[in-house]
Amino acid sequence: MRKVSRLSRFNIASLALGLAFLYLPILILVIYSFNASRLVTVWGGWSLRWYHEFFADRAMIEASWMSLRVAVSSATIATLLGTLAAVALARGERFRGRTLFSGMLYAPLVMPEVITGLSLLLLFVALNAERGFWTVTIAHTTLTMCFVAVVVQSRLGSLDRSLEEAAMDLGCAPVRAFLLVTLPLIAPAIVAGWMLAFTLSLDDLVIASFTTGPGSATLPIRIYSEVRLGVKPEINAICTLVIALIAVVIVIASLASKLSSSQGESAAPL
Amino acid sequence: MSARRIFARPARFAAIAPYVWMVLFFLVPFGFVLKISLSQTVIAQPPYEPLFDLTAGWTAIQAAFAALSIDNFRLLASDDLYVFAYLRSLTVALTATGLLLLIGYPIAYGMARLPKRWQAVAMVLVIVPFWTSFLIRIYAWINILQHDGLLNQILLALRLVSQPVVWLSTDTAMYIGIVYSYLPFMILPLYATLARMEPALEEAASDLGAPPWQVFWLVTFPLSLPGVGAGVLLCFIPIVGEFVIPDLLAGSNSLMIGQTLWLEFFTNKDWPVASAAAILLLVVLLLPLLFYERLQRRQLEER
Repeated sequence: MRKVSRLSRFNIASLALGLAFLYLPILILVIYSFNASRLVTVWGGWSLRWYHEFFADRAMIEASWMSLRVAVSSATIATLLGTLAAVALARGERFRGRTLFSGMLYAPLVMPEVITGLSLLLLFVALNAERGFWTVTIAHTTLTMCFVAVVVQSRLGSLDRSLEEAAMDLGCAPVRAFLLVTLPLIAPAIVAGWMLAFTLSLDDLVIASFTTGPGSATLPIRIYSEVRLGVKPEINAICTLVIALIAVVIVIASLASKLSSSQGESAAPL
Repeated sequence: MSARRIFARPARFAAIAPYVWMVLFFLVPFGFVLKISLSQTVIAQPPYEPLFDLTAGWTAIQAAFAALSIDNFRLLASDDLYVFAYLRSLTVALTATGLLLLIGYPIAYGMARLPKRWQAVAMVLVIVPFWTSFLIRIYAWINILQHDGLLNQILLALRLVSQPVVWLSTDTAMYIGIVYSYLPFMILPLYATLARMEPALEEAASDLGAPPWQVFWLVTFPLSLPGVGAGVLLCFIPIVGEFVIPDLLAGSNSLMIGQTLWLEFFTNKDWPVASAAAILLLVVLLLPLLFYERLQRRQLEER
C-alpha cells in the first residue's frame, strides 16, 4: 500500500512539472503582450499599445489575411479529399495500389517539411506556375489532407458497420447509405479534421516559405523574419491574437469530439 | 453478395480524387527533386538546366540521361560542411529524442495512472500546446532565454548566478526548444500504450516481491515498447530535418542539414546541390520511415 502511494506522488509531481513546462512559456508571452514598456523584459504596467501597433501595421495585416484565406481554402479542400481517402481506406477493402496510396498518405505526416516544401517548389517552377496564394494552398492541402484522413479513418474504424449494412439490406443504395447513415456519424471527426487542417496551415512556416512568391507572405513568414531581427513587443501581441484564435478553434473541435464520443466509442486522438 | 462487399466498390471510387492529388503533388515532385539533383548548376532563372524536351523525342531523352551527373552528390560527400551537417543532425536528433523519452515517459506514466475521468482532461491539456503555433512557442522561449529575459532575472534574484548567463544561441537553448515543441508527440503514443496496459500485471510482480524499479524495468517498460517505438520515430524523423528551431535558438557556427539545405537553396541559389542534399536526407530517413509505416499498419490491423 505504501509503495503505491509513494509512486503516485511521483506521478503527480511529474505531471504537474510537465504541464507547467508546457504552459508557463505561453502564459508569460500572453502576459507580456499587455506590457506598456517598449523593453520586452521590463514590466511597465498593463496596456493595449502593441495591439494598436499591430493593427496599424499594414504588412502584418496583409500577411494575416493571406494566412487566413489559405488556411480556410486548404482546410476545406483537404477535408474533402482526406475524407474521401479515409472512406476508401476504411471501407474500400482491397484495391489496386492500396499500399502505395496509404504510404503516400502516411509519409507526409513524418516527412521533414524542408523536403516536402522543396519538392513542391521544384514542381511549381517546372510547371511555370505563378507562386502565391494558390501554390501555398495546394501545398498545405497536400500536407493537411493526410492528417484529416488519419482522424476520419480512426473514427470510421470504430464505427459500428452494421448500421450502414442494415440500411443497405433495407434497399438503400451504397452512396445513399453513406450519405444518410455514415456521414452524420463521422461528421464530428470531419469537423475536427477541418479544424486540425486549419491550424496546421495557419502554423506552417517552412512549406509556405518554399511555395509562396514575392509579395504574398503568410503570417508565420512575417513573424519569422521579424523574430530573426530581434524581439519586438508587437510580436507578443500578434502571437496572443493567434493563440486566442486557435483557442476558439480548439473549443469548437473539442465540442465536436465530445459529440462524437457521446455517440460512439472513443473520439479521434487529435 | 453481402452489403459489405456492395459498399466496397463505391468506396474504392472515393480513392480516385485523393489518389490523383497525392501522385500529382507528392510523388511527382520527388521525381523533379531527383532529376534536378542530377543536373548542372547554371546561373539563370530557374538556376538549373531545363528538363528534357519531350517534343524532341527519343534523342532528347537520351541526351537528358547522358547529361545526368552525380557531381552534386560527390560534392556533398567530399565537402566537410555537409558531412558535418548530416552528423550534427543525427546527433541532435538522437540526443533530443533521448531527452524527450526521459521527460515524456514519467508524464505519460503519470497520466495513465490518473483516474479515468482525469485522464481525458490531462490528454486535452497535453494536446492543446500542440495546436498552438510552434513558431509562437519558440518565440515564447526567446523571450524567456534572452540576455535580460525572465530566466536570468529569476536566477539573478535567487542569487544562483552573479551575472546573466548566455542562453540564446547555444545548444542548450536549441534542446529546450526542440524538447518543448516535440513533447506532445512523445507523450501521446506512450500514454496510449501505458493506459491500455493491464494493471494486474504490475500488481502481480509487486505481490511476488519485486521492488518498484524492478516492476518498472521488467514489466512496465517492456510492455510499453510499441509506444516507445512510435514516440521515438515520431520525434526523431522530423527533428533530423528541423530547420526553424536551430536557426532561432542555436548558434550559427554549426548547422543542421535542414538549415544547410535552406541556405543552399535561398542564399546560394544552388538548387541542384540543395536537391541532392534533400535526396540524401530522404535516403537517411527512409529506413525509419518504412519501419514507421509497417508499425502503423500493424496497429491498424490490431484495431
